[in-house]
Amino acid sequence: MDLSFATQQVIYGLTLGCLYGLLAIGYTMVYGVLRLINFAHGDLLMVSAYVAFFGIIIFSLPWPVAFLGAAIFTAVIGILIDRGAYKPIRKSPRISALITAIGVSFLLENLALVLIGGRPKSFPIPTLFNGSLSIGELKVPVLSLWILSLTLVLLVIVIGIVHKTRIGMAMRALSRDIETVSLMGIDENRVISFTFALGSILAAFGGVMWCMRYPAVEPFMGVIPGLKAFVAAVLGGIGNVTGAAIGGLILGLAEVLIVAIQPDWSGYRDAIAFCIMIVILLTRPRGIMGENLPD
Amino acid sequence: MINLLNIQELAVHFGGLCAVNSLNLRINSSEIVGLIGPNGAGKTTAFNVITGIIRPTKGKITFLGREITGKPAPVIARSGIARTFQNIRLYDDLSVIENVMVAAHSSVSYSFAEAILGFGRFTRDEARIRKRSQELLDLMGLGHLTREKANSLPYGSQRKLEIARALALEPKLVLLDEPVAGMNPTETSDFAKFIIKLRQDTSIGIGLIDHDMSFVMNVCDKIKVIDHGIEIAWGVPHEIRNNKKVIKAYLGEN
Repeated sequence: MDLSFATQQVIYGLTLGCLYGLLAIGYTMVYGVLRLINFAHGDLLMVSAYVAFFGIIIFSLPWPVAFLGAAIFTAVIGILIDRGAYKPIRKSPRISALITAIGVSFLLENLALVLIGGRPKSFPIPTLFNGSLSIGELKVPVLSLWILSLTLVLLVIVIGIVHKTRIGMAMRALSRDIETVSLMGIDENRVISFTFALGSILAAFGGVMWCMRYPAVEPFMGVIPGLKAFVAAVLGGIGNVTGAAIGGLILGLAEVLIVAIQPDWSGYRDAIAFCIMIVILLTRPRGIMGENLPD
Repeated sequence: MINLLNIQELAVHFGGLCAVNSLNLRINSSEIVGLIGPNGAGKTTAFNVITGIIRPTKGKITFLGREITGKPAPVIARSGIARTFQNIRLYDDLSVIENVMVAAHSSVSYSFAEAILGFGRFTRDEARIRKRSQELLDLMGLGHLTREKANSLPYGSQRKLEIARALALEPKLVLLDEPVAGMNPTETSDFAKFIIKLRQDTSIGIGLIDHDMSFVMNVCDKIKVIDHGIEIAWGVPHEIRNNKKVIKAYLGEN
């Protein structure tokens, strides 16, 4: 394996890793605040992909409008999922919320299947994201540059919100103790809705970017990325935003590089993430940047 | 002196268990009222109902003349009731000043967009909140620990931080649940001086639960004694000290 081939694979790995990272941040934020694994989060990728797809194809919207619309629509869906499914069982045992999350995930997938149909649709890629730059032997897809920079910008924004703003402070306080936050005069449901909205917007951007990288839109497209993003969140240390991004990158790189080194293993691509999950749970369950949790 | 809190015939049942039974309580401004009783008497439950964490089974609670029975906790908090907790409940990995700022934030309102983008009114309010939080920390003698994480403070300072956080809400009534539990006698007497001074300076009303009888007798203007959810005495400290029912509740028969 020569250097340019390796660099090429690293670029592909980072691209994939960023997509996992965008999704993982949403998982980790919701977990941080509610101690809930929102298994429906991966399906938001699909929701945003369909909204962007229909925006461009049916309503012939310009792509920036369609993408922005997808982000807003997905944020609303995220809030509705929380209000409709999780809020009524906020005080129930955690396992109920977990099962509900899986139920919501199935609901979204099958709703899409019934309403839109299962045939994969090919996503229209705006010309701005097409093509690639050639640097010597290296070919860098323009889309990769977009994905890398978008992820970086969104990550900085999210970290800024969490650490520098009033709502971020409330989010961090909420992750410790919901009850006392409400006694400080803060409406905890507003903060939770905001968290879901923020996570959903990241998932929406991830979804649109995902579709341009792997341009088939279908109802179950969010399942595997969702599960892998969950692995990334656990790997990075669930509850930690930076950790989620790092976990995503490691996972993306591992997946691409292992297959590049051992092309025979390409069939086991998806297994790599879950092997990493098993190893991390056995050796360092709190993840790379995770806090030491008492429970 | 104005009436702040007025509780009438309050009852709380958990299934078959009657935690509080027809409790009446009035707290006025500039008044320190003690709520005492043996373990399991329903004192903390009463606080939880007043602050909106638990809904009462029966009864009526008014605050500043407006009914607050069964209102959501944030609404009650914003109307001017703050509290501390028996087992300290700080936001561990927030810094000391952030703990206070979380509560101070509810005293201002601005839109989400402003809160995130940080301009205009927001920046000014932010600076004001930080200044006010710093003042409260100075008042509690924690001014030099602003940047520490809350869970790195020693126990006594954590208690003080909880009180600073409660005061950041700019409350008219503060409910203190066992504020001197775990404090040594010097700390306790300092704390007694502090709340007496606080009452003088701010005309805040204070409701407090504690098991340290000399502290309670020392600071309270009036004391209510409850046992097994039932009210057994009400009066000034020296009446309570000599009340036969109270002595019986604490020490048993004979």
